[in-house]
Order: sequence, then C-alpha cells, then structure tokens
Amino acid sequence: MTGSSDRVRSIRRATVTILVAALCYEAIARSGYFPAVLVPTIPKIAAALWRSLLDGTMLIHAGFTLYRVLFGFSLAIVFGVPLGIMMARYRPVQNFVLPLASALMPVPSLAWVPIFILWFGLGNTVSILVVFYAATFPILLNTWSGVRSVNPLWLRAAGAMGADENSLFWKVIIPGASPFIITGMRQAFLRAWIAVVGAEMIAASDWGLGWTIFDAKEFLNADVMIAALVVIGCIGFLFERLVFGSLEKATVMRWGMVKAVKS
Amino acid sequence: MSHIEIRDVSLVYDTPAGQVPGVQGVSLDMRESEFLCLLGPSGCGKSTLLNIVAGFLTPTSGEIRIGGKAVNGHGTDRGVVFQDFAQLFPWRTALGNVAFGLEMKGIPKEERDEIAFNQLKLVKLEKFVKSYPHHLSGGMQQRVAIARALAYNPSVLLMDEPFAALDAMTRDAMQRLLADVWRETRKTIIYVTHNVAEAVYLADRVIVMTPHPGKVKAEVVIDLPRPRDPLSVEFLDCQKQLLAHLGETHQVS
Repeated sequence: MTGSSDRVRSIRRATVTILVAALCYEAIARSGYFPAVLVPTIPKIAAALWRSLLDGTMLIHAGFTLYRVLFGFSLAIVFGVPLGIMMARYRPVQNFVLPLASALMPVPSLAWVPIFILWFGLGNTVSILVVFYAATFPILLNTWSGVRSVNPLWLRAAGAMGADENSLFWKVIIPGASPFIITGMRQAFLRAWIAVVGAEMIAASDWGLGWTIFDAKEFLNADVMIAALVVIGCIGFLFERLVFGSLEKATVMRWGMVKAVKS
Repeated sequence: MSHIEIRDVSLVYDTPAGQVPGVQGVSLDMRESEFLCLLGPSGCGKSTLLNIVAGFLTPTSGEIRIGGKAVNGHGTDRGVVFQDFAQLFPWRTALGNVAFGLEMKGIPKEERDEIAFNQLKLVKLEKFVKSYPHHLSGGMQQRVAIARALAYNPSVLLMDEPFAALDAMTRDAMQRLLADVWRETRKTIIYVTHNVAEAVYLADRVIVMTPHPGKVKAEVVIDLPRPRDPLSVEFLDCQKQLLAHLGETHQVS
C-alpha cells in the first residue's frame, strides 16, 4: 500500500504552494508600495488572529457562522433529498418541480438577502434561509440524477427477494444513489459556506465571520479582516476534506462505487 | 402433480414499429426438483419466458402456476440470478447481500447471518463473507448471487445465463459447482442459456426454442448419469442432437 506516502507527498505539495503564495504576499506587503494599514504583513495578521482566538471572539464568530450554515444545510438535506427522490420516482412531481428549480437556480442566493431582511428582519433567520436556498439546488438535482441512475437490476433483485416500497427506499434507492447524494452535499456545502459569509455581511448583527469582516472595514482593521478570511478558508477546507472526505471513504469508496482520486 | 405449469403463454411486445411477438403459445410442465434448460439463439424469447415466470413481465395471454398457485408478479417462492455481475448490492458485503431476502422476511439478525453464512459455504465462499462485491472476481460475484437467491429458500431458482459473461475455465468450474448445489438443495431450476454443452452438462431436460416468434421447437431429455463427462460419446451425441434442432432453426430464420 502506498496510501500513506501518497498522502505525505500531497501534504508536502500543498505546503509548498501555500508557502510560495504567502512569501509573495509578504514581499508585496513589505515593498512599501501600499499603505501598511491596508496591506498588513503576515506577522501582523497572525497576531490579530492569535489575539482574537485567545480572547475567544473569533471562536464565537466562527460558532455563529457554523450554526447558521449547518442549520440551513441540514434543512436543505431534509428538504432536498426526499424531494429529489420523489422527482425521480414520480413524474408529476418532476414536472412540477423542475421548471421551478430551473427558474430559481440562476438567482444568486445573496440577491434574496434584502427581501429576506424586509420579511424576517436582521438576524439568524435571514442567513439560515439564504444558506438553505444556496444548498438546496445541488442536493435536489444530484439526488434526482442519482435515483435515476440506480441500477434497475438492484430494484428487480430486491423486488424478487420480497422488498416492499419502504425497504426499497431505504435499503436500495438511498444507498444506490449515495455517490450522487454525497457529491450533491459536497457542492451544496461549498455554496452554503460562500452564501453564509455574504449573508452575514448584510444581515447579521454583532456575530459571525462575515459580519467581522464587514465590521472591521469600518475601523480600517485590515489585519482582522484577513484573519477572518483565513478562518473562513480553513473551516471550509476542513469540512470539505475531513467531513465529506471521510464520509466518502466510509461509504461509496469502500463500496467501490466511486474510485479514489489519484493525487 | 407438476411443480411448474406453463399454459399456453404468449407475450406481445408493443414497440414503435408495431406489435412484436416475444413468446408464442408456450406450454411446459416441470416436476419438482427438475433441472430445465431453455436453449436457443438470441431473440428466441427464452429470457422473456424466464422473466414471465419470474413475474417481471406479465404475459399477454396464458397462465403460469407454481405449486398450484397462479403467478402474479414476483414472489419469494422464486429466486432469480441474472447474467450481469452488477446485480449485487455494492454497499453490502457478500454476507449482507445474501442476507437481504431474509431481512425482508423479518428474520432476526443472528439467525439470518447464520443462514447466509451457510449459503456462502454452499458456494464455497465462506472465506469472503465480509468482502464487498467489488473485491470479488466475476465468478465469485455470481456465486454470491446464487447464494443470495437460495438464502430465503424459494422452491424455484430462475437463472438467466448466469455464467455467460465468465471466461471458459471459470464457467466450467461454475457449472460443476451449480450441479453440486442443485444436487444438495433439490431446487426446481429453469436455466436460460445459448450454450449447447452447458445445457447438456446441467439439464434433465432441454427445451429448444426458435425465434420470431419465440416458440418451443423441440424437447430433449438428457438421460445421462451424473456427474457428467463432457468428453464421453453419449455427451457428444446429446450435443449433436441439440445442434441438429438448432441448425434447422437457423435455416428457417
């Protein structure tokens, strides 16, 4: 097995990329072409990050943002997966939902923020709804394709073995469509994460990573803004790799339904 | 009394080009524990007939009775093995696949795992109980499929060219294994194939079918002692006899 050495190599490669990018940034920050307040050096950003981690504010901001994103994302799963399955199984549902999805999908989730604020006021509700909106479509459409791509032989075999509708749903269709459903969740999380930060800038008050960036702008705290960006990037990356990566490894990759990507 | 009665079964396919007869006026009787092969070229309706018996297709006319009961849709009195390896559930281990039918019957986990294990032992896969299908070879996957179809103890086993996608050597081994499984379980088996030697090796009786429309052309009883020797004169005689029936078919079509 070369799995672990492959892993070490890919980590090393990623580290090199990040180091080079950081060095370029540091060179620009120190070049003197730009005001130091607007383009802070990396040690200054690190100090701001460290400070906000120590006094706990960054963690609370991140906690609020995570709460909103996970709430909206869970809603999107609870709503999108069953609806996607129904679309694939029942033509009238598909005929009804598909035009609606096609019409709504191109509307950027952030475009809804102002109207949501009018309807629901500032606060969590708006951010959660925007996340829900952003995350629903990838989950819905991927689930729909996933169910349609379930091998009919599995359904036949399960039927011959006496599976009723309920078992067919939970024990054949859901696992059979899981490569698509997981891909949908992955895309949805990325979109949700992008949407939540944007929504917070406009609609949140006092807490949230997006709000931090927007608030820091008022005080010209570029170091805090970039520190928040770093946190946003790290959390997004961790979720993508750890949560969805391990979910895939434990399910569809283990079952041989999806091949591992060679790094 | 016959175990399976097929009475004047016909099926007409509705295609954009019009109505195409798939199977026409097939009548058959099978006794308990009989091994029957449906033999014929592709398009002769042998798989269609099997799918009607399985309950996946509804005949346009005619009737099928199993153990005196009219067939209406699929039921757990029949186990089905398909040609495609992908019939197994990739998200279940070999044991999980075999236990599926028992799970549907509501048999408790410990009991069904034990039954499933014994079925896997019957097809000589007891060492691969925990393997997922994608780690098994094609022949092994088909053995799991056979174990899975037998696990919930149907009285009839329906097999649609289960070994046709295997290489010749594996296929020979699988035929020997199936003959053993049949001798031990005494299931009534309908086995679809286009391979003459396979039919002679396995069957008590071979039904030769002709295409356009799918009809029974001839019926040949293979009265050779088992285990059969594919190189014996009698074996080759049976093959010649079947080939003669098939040859006439080709001239007609």
